[in-house]
Amino acid sequence: MTSTTDTNVPLEGPTPDDGLRAAEQSGPMLAADGTPLKRSLAKALRREKMRALMLIAPLLLFVLITFIAPIGDMLLRSVRNDIVSNTLPETVEQLASWDSTQQELPDEDTWTALYIDLVLAEEQKLHTRLGSRLNYELTGASSLFRKTGRAVGRFDTDVYTDQFTELDESWENAATWVNMFSESDVADALPLTARTWERWADYLESEGDVPAEEDVEDFLFTALYKDLTREGVDVSGLSDRLQQAAAAVPEFETVSLVEQFEDADEDWLDPAIMQTIQTYSPRYTSGYFLNAVDAQLTADGVSARPENERIYGILFKRTIFMSLTITLSCIILGYPVAWILANLPTRSANLLMILVLLPFWTSLLVRTSAWKVMLQQQGVINDTLVWLGLVADDARLVMINNQFGTIVAMTHILLPFMILPMYSVMQTIPPSYLRAAKSLGATNWTAFWRVYFPQSVPGIGAGSILVFILSIGYYITPEIVGGTTGTFISNRIAYHISSSLNWGLAAALGTILLAVVLILYWAYDKIVGIDNVKLG
Amino acid sequence: MTLRKTILATSALTVIAGAAVAEMANDMTLVSWGGAYQNSQQKAYVEPYLEAHPEVSATWDESSAEAVAKLRAMNEAGNITWDLVDVVAADAIRLCDEGLAMEYDPEELLAEGEDGSSAEDDFGDLIVSDCFIPQIVYSTTFGYRTDMVPEGVEAPNDICDVFDLETYPGKRSLEKRPINNMEWALLCDGVAKEDVYDVLETDEGQEQALAKLDTIKDSVIWWSAGADTPQLLADGEVFMGSTYNGRLFSVIEEQDQPVGMMWDAQVFDLDGWIIPAGLPEDRLERVKDFVKFATDTQRLADQAAYISYGPARKSSAPLVGQHAELGIDMGPHMPTDPDNAANTFVYNYDFWADYRDDIDAKFQAWLTQ
Repeated sequence: MTSTTDTNVPLEGPTPDDGLRAAEQSGPMLAADGTPLKRSLAKALRREKMRALMLIAPLLLFVLITFIAPIGDMLLRSVRNDIVSNTLPETVEQLASWDSTQQELPDEDTWTALYIDLVLAEEQKLHTRLGSRLNYELTGASSLFRKTGRAVGRFDTDVYTDQFTELDESWENAATWVNMFSESDVADALPLTARTWERWADYLESEGDVPAEEDVEDFLFTALYKDLTREGVDVSGLSDRLQQAAAAVPEFETVSLVEQFEDADEDWLDPAIMQTIQTYSPRYTSGYFLNAVDAQLTADGVSARPENERIYGILFKRTIFMSLTITLSCIILGYPVAWILANLPTRSANLLMILVLLPFWTSLLVRTSAWKVMLQQQGVINDTLVWLGLVADDARLVMINNQFGTIVAMTHILLPFMILPMYSVMQTIPPSYLRAAKSLGATNWTAFWRVYFPQSVPGIGAGSILVFILSIGYYITPEIVGGTTGTFISNRIAYHISSSLNWGLAAALGTILLAVVLILYWAYDKIVGIDNVKLG
Repeated sequence: MTLRKTILATSALTVIAGAAVAEMANDMTLVSWGGAYQNSQQKAYVEPYLEAHPEVSATWDESSAEAVAKLRAMNEAGNITWDLVDVVAADAIRLCDEGLAMEYDPEELLAEGEDGSSAEDDFGDLIVSDCFIPQIVYSTTFGYRTDMVPEGVEAPNDICDVFDLETYPGKRSLEKRPINNMEWALLCDGVAKEDVYDVLETDEGQEQALAKLDTIKDSVIWWSAGADTPQLLADGEVFMGSTYNGRLFSVIEEQDQPVGMMWDAQVFDLDGWIIPAGLPEDRLERVKDFVKFATDTQRLADQAAYISYGPARKSSAPLVGQHAELGIDMGPHMPTDPDNAANTFVYNYDFWADYRDDIDAKFQAWLTQ
């Protein structure tokens, strides 16, 4: 198409309408280079988006790696539970078919599996870790595993070792075992022994040892004995040594492993421990979440915790109630301050602003401790009241180590987060609106309430969200001034992270807290509308 | 000293130092509690060690309170930045259980006692875990305001005076955890000392202890940091309160406050080092060298000149002298002194390792309700 700029013949030249008409007649609109305009536009937009993405890529990566990923990992701990099946794989498999409701102990095969698992775990120092994990669910598991770990290497299973080596001395030689399991049909015939040997060899290699040079331990012979006495075992076609052993094992002197465990610790005879292992054998568990809502996962299913152990429901409710109270008192105290700041001449407003910001430059601990000095029974406020004669010396007010103390201290600490957004929103409200309202006959109150206040609501919204979300996760201040009635759920989360090491439970509590915040945020958006929130 | 001798001596030193450098790292990060206790360690063994090994530098990290959680996080991240960590025995046991602390052989790692006894005998039962290298014995016990004792009444000298609000009215401060409080409650509720843990194992026993604590619950301020009780006592906020005996010593002797010491039913506990598991060879060698020095008879005795905690070695006890600044005899201020140790408890590590989670849940629920 040739273009013309001759303005004398306007009707003959191309007009924007031409394109539309042409599109209607002959397919898509084309750009200057002949590609369809739509595609060309999309391409340009995509390039624009890519450039924008490239620009924020460093920040995005930083946030993903240092923020999202660790939080995701921490939250996943609330359901992850692979420690049981990783440490006791054979036992978990045996327990899968055990009916725990019968109140009977599992069979000897399970005890053999447990023995093999525990010896290997003890070698790798994993058994006590598992004990600590199970102790969260069953009191006593910790010392049971520690104690049994010490005993398990001295179980009387050397009986099997002696009998096998009596048949053929080469059993004692680890090289025999290495050769034996290099043949795949041996592994098929002796599955338990093969699996056990593989775990043992893997462990030795990870330690930098050579399996062929180590002693052959009792648990390997125990596994071998179990395999050879299993019903339907078929060693035909295997080595003479194995055939000879298979023929001899029915006459072997045996050891009852359940008795060995009983000798190590009588608590093994209580079905509770095996039930707990069984209940917590899946790789993912709802146990932590149930704990976090004052319930528990037992062999019989989910049940509520006993009355005297319920705590998290109370703490969640208290955390939300107190956070709302703190937010409310911040609004009440902060609104007039923000109003004054916004309506003073700049010079005095700046001076006042420094006073508002001053607490930011003081350590949180110093501010909290200052409240302690102020509020305690022998503190400044009580002393003053007693001196004025308003309060009797033996009836001093209790203002700290309770909810009151927490609310006062946290309101003070979080106040700037309320004042600043309010102030920046109020600054944008032209004073002429109020004057206009008054000149039209409104009283002071009506002018404020009908004209000024609605325009300042976005500031209140922003401040409230900031203060509420900050206070819901606070723990240092409640820990110091909260006593027993003023502590938050975060104090328990901190306890489980740093003291009890029950990170799964801490993660579950944290996930619930996060969910609560998101739900409240969603509700806030529905009711107030998040678009109405302004930081300035 | 002639020039020749100096040169000889210097070159000999260089050779020794050179040999050491070849296999030992020269930086150590030591973790402790901060405050007066860390200072006692700095004075008693770190400074002398650095003097003997000028090439070495030591950095303190005051993280012992969160050591267990932090070590676990470091271990998961595969980057252990600490070389030696000071923890209480209960934490050492947990770290050992979790595989985060290194097991060691006392005979190989620790020096012989100055009286010739083997390290194992010298520390005796105090090696409560295969990973734990004991340093000091401290105790949790009560202090009280001498000026708040009602007239005509004897100063409190019995653990059960804590539960006696009639004779000794006023607030108490107790630690915000079940350990120790449950034992004291049972003891004052008529349970014989030797039966305390048997009773505490049962649900009824736990309820009994909480019921006893219930009688003073409204008068208790609960503390979570060791500095709280000394502060509360100094402010006159509480009449009596439990804390570590070293803290009370400094309130009484160093700050001269009207506070008295009540040793009855004090609970012995241990504090010591653990070496994090999985240290690289060169750092491990340095730490081993340091630990051997820092836990020998003389060094542990020296520490008692700065803080009133008892040395963990039997052979150190006779060497305990005077306070470095106050010049008072430290012997009578040791929790292990026979006069103070007439009635004592020893922290029951096995019991609490098992029952801590369970009883803590009940205790916290009781506190909250």
